[in-house]
Amino acid sequence: MFPADPAARRSVLSGFGRSTRSAATLVEVDERELPAAIKSLPARGGIMRGLGRSYGDPAQNGGGHVLRLRSGPDAMVLDPAAGTLTASAGVSIDDVLRHVVPRGWFVPVTPGTRFVTVGGAIASDIHGKNHHRDGSFGNHVRRLRLMQADTTVVEVGPDRDAELFWATVGGMGLTGVILDATFDLLPIETSRIAVDVYRCDHLDDVMSEMVASEHDVRYSVAWIDLLARGPRLGRGVLTNGGHATIEQLGPDAAADPLAYDADQVVTVPPLVPPMGVINRLSVSAFNEAWFRKAPRRRVGDVQRIPTYFHPLDLVGDWNRVYGRDGFVQYQFVVPNDAVEVLRTIIERLAAARLPIFMTVLKRFGPGNPAPLSFPLAGWQLAVDIGVRHRSVAPLLRGFDDLVLGAGGRHYLAKDATLTAEQFRRGYPRLDEWRAVRDRVDPAGVWASDQSRRLGLTG
Amino acid sequence: MQNALHEPQTVVLFGGTSEIGRAIASELIAPATRTLVLAVRHPDDAHPETFERDGLDVVVERFDATETDTHDAFVRRLAAAHGDLDVAIIAFGQLGDQAEFDAEPARAAEVLTVNYTGAVVVGLAVGGQMRRQGHGRLVVLSSVAGERTRAANHVYGSSKAGLDAFAQGLGDALRPHGVQVTAVRPGFVHTRMTRGMRAAPFATTPRVVGELAADGVRAGRHTVWTPSVLRYVFMVLRHLPRRVFRRLPLG
Repeated sequence: MFPADPAARRSVLSGFGRSTRSAATLVEVDERELPAAIKSLPARGGIMRGLGRSYGDPAQNGGGHVLRLRSGPDAMVLDPAAGTLTASAGVSIDDVLRHVVPRGWFVPVTPGTRFVTVGGAIASDIHGKNHHRDGSFGNHVRRLRLMQADTTVVEVGPDRDAELFWATVGGMGLTGVILDATFDLLPIETSRIAVDVYRCDHLDDVMSEMVASEHDVRYSVAWIDLLARGPRLGRGVLTNGGHATIEQLGPDAAADPLAYDADQVVTVPPLVPPMGVINRLSVSAFNEAWFRKAPRRRVGDVQRIPTYFHPLDLVGDWNRVYGRDGFVQYQFVVPNDAVEVLRTIIERLAAARLPIFMTVLKRFGPGNPAPLSFPLAGWQLAVDIGVRHRSVAPLLRGFDDLVLGAGGRHYLAKDATLTAEQFRRGYPRLDEWRAVRDRVDPAGVWASDQSRRLGLTG
Repeated sequence: MQNALHEPQTVVLFGGTSEIGRAIASELIAPATRTLVLAVRHPDDAHPETFERDGLDVVVERFDATETDTHDAFVRRLAAAHGDLDVAIIAFGQLGDQAEFDAEPARAAEVLTVNYTGAVVVGLAVGGQMRRQGHGRLVVLSSVAGERTRAANHVYGSSKAGLDAFAQGLGDALRPHGVQVTAVRPGFVHTRMTRGMRAAPFATTPRVVGELAADGVRAGRHTVWTPSVLRYVFMVLRHLPRRVFRRLPLG
């Protein structure tokens, strides 16, 4: 019953949304052991898993193997002259920030959690609050080393086998194992963020304020109250930010301008009631308080990196609050000319009276050459929705049609519900990607539950 | 694999003419479902058209519960043709006529072969396939008749008692492999199988059984009583002294 290798064990895995489960053999390897692990993959294939922050099923592989890459001692090498970091794929953004921030550098892109690996950041081509001006993570990668299905290692980049490089960026781990990567860093003077906060009473105000300010700020994101209706529909809080200069810091902070510490404050206990603690009452109260606590307008508020970028990381295991059934994060982008679709979806969400507190509205700049990269110029919205509510499935199916009909699409790192047909509509360059995949993995060694569900692999 | 909204891509109904089985399948089929397999002894009786809609492929396959040496190959062939089996429902079964069994004991063998042997063998075959996939949901149609057997139908009742026990153990065996087994225990249901019989207390319809079974499957339950009140009724019945139980007017 038990695999011979003691580092391999049977595990039931799910995504961060805890709503997709399958059992696989989990294998921990370092780079040296990886070729043997690849050669012993079963017919169901294998997939890499980092910190399991994808919400759905891309980092699980029912009946097959799920591999985890251990990092070596020289996991991070900073090159201050070039302004780059070379990091092992298993290193997290958290590790990177602890290493580079005190030395005066920042990552080019960070998502809303720092608990993602560099390998995962590339495979999902993650984006952050600066997408409208800096693009996604893949835009900043200079080179990466990839172990292919036949265990040969190749080095690729935008200037070296660009086809394979861009198929790997956003390729959900299906082109091979990313071993390490070199990416650009952003020089910073301080570890603080200067934040401008705008409280807006209606969706229209949020959106026009976002468009008006986007050229002046590096980071921009809005939270929307999806329980507000009528004249207050889509009211929200816009937070724009930029890296603070030393002059912007108070005397205490200026004494150690690059100080960085990021700790969890509390952890959600493992025994949350099966129905969770998220309901309309608790979320109504939260949303009202969150909206009211924001000042109508405050400019130049100095915040720490975790407070501005990773607020949910302050609470460990917060995904448990949705209870046993888990949740999905519905995240989509629509082009600028489809702003009515965005408005309709927000109206329908508000009318549905679902207990939603986690919402992110953001502007995207142009996408990059990767065929499966998510961002395209327009508006993106992400909302966390518990799946216990039976009205959720038909509601989301309706949104899918609107989004795809408008030329938009869904983010594969969050997807847990799409069908193969819907996926093809959102990603019309799929065949281009598949041609590269067939070249580097003709036997179909790499596979995941998501890749089978979406028809990415056979 | 089924998605986060509990929508399966592939559903297989063993006993494709069973009214209860069809009701459960109808409730579990979702917009993301692409394939429904009706495994039936007589393909002409399958009526796939009642399930047909855009985007759903309804496939009729000949399947005989008593031909147990074909079951494993049958399941493997389904998986090869349609991909992972997300949901399988084992719904075939025969009630038989107790008076007939009394007159001709050998007649009981066919009922037992269908209800128990056939269901166990195809259950093992499906369980094996789902274990190879690392996911799947198996629904086994049991009966309250197996919870406490009655004089009126003790052959049927004993076959369901065995099948229910099998389903409970199989569920525990498959749990570490990401597979869920749900035993559905209906009370008296108005169907072709019970036509002309006097309805027992708490009688229900296939549609209600289908809804409750589907809810139970989505909620991850290992046992579903239909109607739900029977769970509490049987908490009592289970412990009644025999001399009291055998006098109850249970139809």
